Amino acid sequence: MYAFELERPTSLADAEKAIAGGGQPLSGGQTLIPTLKQRLAMPETLVSLTAIDELKGISKEGDMLVIGGATCHADVAADGSYPALSALAGKIGDPHVRNRGTIGGSLGNNDPSACYPSAALASGATIVTNKRELAADDYFTGLFETALDEGEFIKAVKFPIPEKAAYIKFEQPASRFALVGVFVAKGANGVRVAVTGASEGGVFRWTEAEQALSSNFSASALDGLTVSADNMIGDIHGSKAYRAHLVGVVTKRAVNAC
Amino acid sequence: MPADGGIGAPNKRREDVRFLTGKGRYTDDLNRHGQTHMYILRSQVAHGRINGIDTAEAEAMEGVVAILTGKDFEGVGSIPCGWQVTDRHGQPMQEPAHPVLAQGKVRHVGDPIAAVIAETLEQARDAAEAIVVDIEELPAVIDMKEAVKEGAPKVHDDLTSNLCYDWGFVEENKGAVDEAFEKAAHVTTLELVNNRLVANPMEPRVAIGEYDEADGMSTLYTTSQNPHVIRLLMGAFVLGIPEHKLRVVAPDVGGGFGTKIFHYAEEALATFAAKKIKRPVKWTSSRSEAFMSDAHGRDHVTKIELALDADNNFTAIRTDTYANMGAYLSTFAPSVPTWLHGTLMAGNYKTPLIYVNVKAVFTNTVPVDAYRGAGRPEATFQLERLIDKAARELGVDPIALRRQNFITQFPYATPVAVEYDTGDYNATMDTLETMIDRAGFEARAAESKKNGKLRGLGVNCYIEACGIAPSNLVGQLGARAGLYESATVRVNATGGLVVMTGSHSHGQGHETSFPQVIAEMIGIDPNMVEIVHGDTANTPMGMGTYGSRSLAVGGSAMVRATEKIINKAKKIAAHLLEAADSDIELKDGKFSVAGTDKSVAWGDVTLAAYVPHNYPLEDIEPGLEETAFYDPSNFTYPSGAYACEVEVDPETGKVTIESFAAADDFGNIVNPMIVEGQVHGGIAQGVGQALLEGAVYDADGQLLTGSYMDYAMPRADDLPFYAVDHSNGTPCTHNPLGVKGCGEAGAIGSPPAVVNAVIDALQRGGHDITHINMPLTPGRVWAAMNGQ
Repeated sequence: MYAFELERPTSLADAEKAIAGGGQPLSGGQTLIPTLKQRLAMPETLVSLTAIDELKGISKEGDMLVIGGATCHADVAADGSYPALSALAGKIGDPHVRNRGTIGGSLGNNDPSACYPSAALASGATIVTNKRELAADDYFTGLFETALDEGEFIKAVKFPIPEKAAYIKFEQPASRFALVGVFVAKGANGVRVAVTGASEGGVFRWTEAEQALSSNFSASALDGLTVSADNMIGDIHGSKAYRAHLVGVVTKRAVNAC
Repeated sequence: MPADGGIGAPNKRREDVRFLTGKGRYTDDLNRHGQTHMYILRSQVAHGRINGIDTAEAEAMEGVVAILTGKDFEGVGSIPCGWQVTDRHGQPMQEPAHPVLAQGKVRHVGDPIAAVIAETLEQARDAAEAIVVDIEELPAVIDMKEAVKEGAPKVHDDLTSNLCYDWGFVEENKGAVDEAFEKAAHVTTLELVNNRLVANPMEPRVAIGEYDEADGMSTLYTTSQNPHVIRLLMGAFVLGIPEHKLRVVAPDVGGGFGTKIFHYAEEALATFAAKKIKRPVKWTSSRSEAFMSDAHGRDHVTKIELALDADNNFTAIRTDTYANMGAYLSTFAPSVPTWLHGTLMAGNYKTPLIYVNVKAVFTNTVPVDAYRGAGRPEATFQLERLIDKAARELGVDPIALRRQNFITQFPYATPVAVEYDTGDYNATMDTLETMIDRAGFEARAAESKKNGKLRGLGVNCYIEACGIAPSNLVGQLGARAGLYESATVRVNATGGLVVMTGSHSHGQGHETSFPQVIAEMIGIDPNMVEIVHGDTANTPMGMGTYGSRSLAVGGSAMVRATEKIINKAKKIAAHLLEAADSDIELKDGKFSVAGTDKSVAWGDVTLAAYVPHNYPLEDIEPGLEETAFYDPSNFTYPSGAYACEVEVDPETGKVTIESFAAADDFGNIVNPMIVEGQVHGGIAQGVGQALLEGAVYDADGQLLTGSYMDYAMPRADDLPFYAVDHSNGTPCTHNPLGVKGCGEAGAIGSPPAVVNAVIDALQRGGHDITHINMPLTPGRVWAAMNGQ
């Protein structure tokens, strides 16, 4: 990696100042550090967010689960108050990744194969940044793209805890990221189905499935429903048609697991 | 000793204590005084002409000590190839130059262009980024069949084409084989790919060069399976350093799997640079570099045909293979698809006529060479897939078809030039059938069906050839090396022994198993024996470890040297006991006079050898140290029968292995626990090839699987618990231990079992699928099931 300065603020205000000054926010570093090691990025300053207590921890506010942006996957996995979310967190990467990687880092990066974006979108979560609150529907804007502005970072994520939810990940054999991952949630927001791993546009809601499940919340309600292969990712791990097919299969499995 | 510590004892591996507690001494653990660091600038394009390299800015950068480019190596030798294959017309293969650093052209992504030596690795890397390379990109050839077409871009401009050789074996049989196919009652044909693999040892390659101005001695510390071979190849052919001025040390090596046999450019670079700058130079491969610079394995495209008579006897086999050499000839590359592949095409079967054609092709990809099994997995896979297909076409039981055609009389001379000394293929198959509860399969398949899964059973046999030899024969076949092994056994005054072996352990457990042999021969505790290997300065010239040869060849050399020790020690004992040499017996660490109670302990005899006060100095020299070189008279031929049961999820195409059984004949066994571990590891790599692994290039020659994000290595949860049996050993008849070799068997025997099982599952599920190319990823299996 190239040399850089590391700042480790302990308050939000200091972090904001450092980031406003051009610093690159660093959370668990599970994507950013490998990128730096490959010399694919050259930030002058990294601003670590993990020493800020305010950004860490899990709490309940009414029927909302609020997770600090710098909370690691292992802590979410251990929490259990939103079982489907904890189960998802418990299957991200390996123990090293889960003890370092954070929810804010994952959502901030919006890797098209990451697990968390599907949970945020299907749960109808709210992304709380240092500047504003964003509905998940408005937050994810494309492959590795989000509504975050320059200098903006994730303070917390608020998850309404649904009545039923499940996440099923069909793994890409090498990376074990989601080849196709589907998060299904049924709650106050109705039924929401979010798909990760499959689309060239990143995480998306499968609205046809949501409609079908709204009137009949069972796997059989999805019979005959398909997603178009046109915008699917096609690569050595699976064709566009295969991913489109898997979206149907994995969604049914997620419904069955609810 | 104690029979429980000698041959046949499952002693725990003594070296594991240091490996598991972080005390291993790997090359990267070494840091030399005044050491510099080397970073290698590699080609990012698959094929290009170098119009210029400007290092001026880089040379001026902080910490930079030296920058080497192709120019520095103009007077230096080419990296040699260790095997010359003669083609079917009697012509030698086309053998291109293999420069240490690119000269004029780059020929694959990862081809080294420049080496930057600096005080720190980061400084070297910074400077490498400042080197300006003017490369005119040329069209790349990646697909082998495209590469041999008229007018294809040439990887090497000075060769007539991209065809390295067109090999026919046995050429004289071609007419008779063709005739047998014309007369056949049934012909089964299969076209398949043996997927390109990256070996991925846990420890990446490392090279540290050092030059001592005081005595003009160069030293190379390197991650090698055969330090003497590197000393010879690099010293004599590349850098022109005589062997007495070059020491090569391969300390603990963290896995080789073939890919650390070969002499690599980085070794020559580090050695050359150290002498030039008169400081040690260290290079450690990153994992990304390993993907684009370690020799890859396999990569064959084959059409194979089997002719059968009306009674389902095999009458002939004919194969047509394209074998990828990559951009340059790696050390043993030409031998892999020929002498290590064609000679195994008889398998376990008495097919009277065989013809193997292999076209070796240059492409703009990383060189391809031996990888665990080397040629034998390719032979086994195509033959055992083919027989399964034939059984299905004929509507006969695949095991029965195999048994009907088994070789049962030994020795057996195959039509592909080798003679199997021993084996009992029905015995291993009998054991296998018991292990897998074949009768219970239908019930298990019904249970799987209830769960929405398709269950399949795949069975296959394999034959392997280990300890390739003898040297005079392999010389006729084109080897530019001998294939003997050496050992020096040094007995110390107080009775302990040190064995300096030419074999090299990089995970095989020699430090544990070799002492067991000596313990058995002398009757002492194996802990009295220490094994020294991996340093040309203190071991006799040896050929190293690959091809499952260590115990069969290196162990035999050690036995021969120990026999000399025992003969001499008996003479000393006879003197001490005032008896005739011929009356002395050695048992349980004691020399005794036959028929009497007179005896002298091993330690008293060894002490006498070094304190020769009461000693027959007029008849024998003092001391107790002997060396032996052992050149086997034949290969050894381990064999076995493997079975795999899988479940296929028809909705996703995902394959899970439900059980795996291996019944092997390894001849005599010294340490059954180590043998079992070797089989486990081999199966893991075979399952990896069958289901997960595959190196893929795009049409421009970019490696799409350049990291673990896209290259799938098998992990523990991809694998079942194995059932392993080696109770049917038929001892090798021509080495003193009766051992055969077990290192590669698992990797050779397992891919066809897995693929046969998947095809069986799909056929049972009503899918008319006769073959899917490896790796059988969920995407590929689903595509096949859905006609895509």
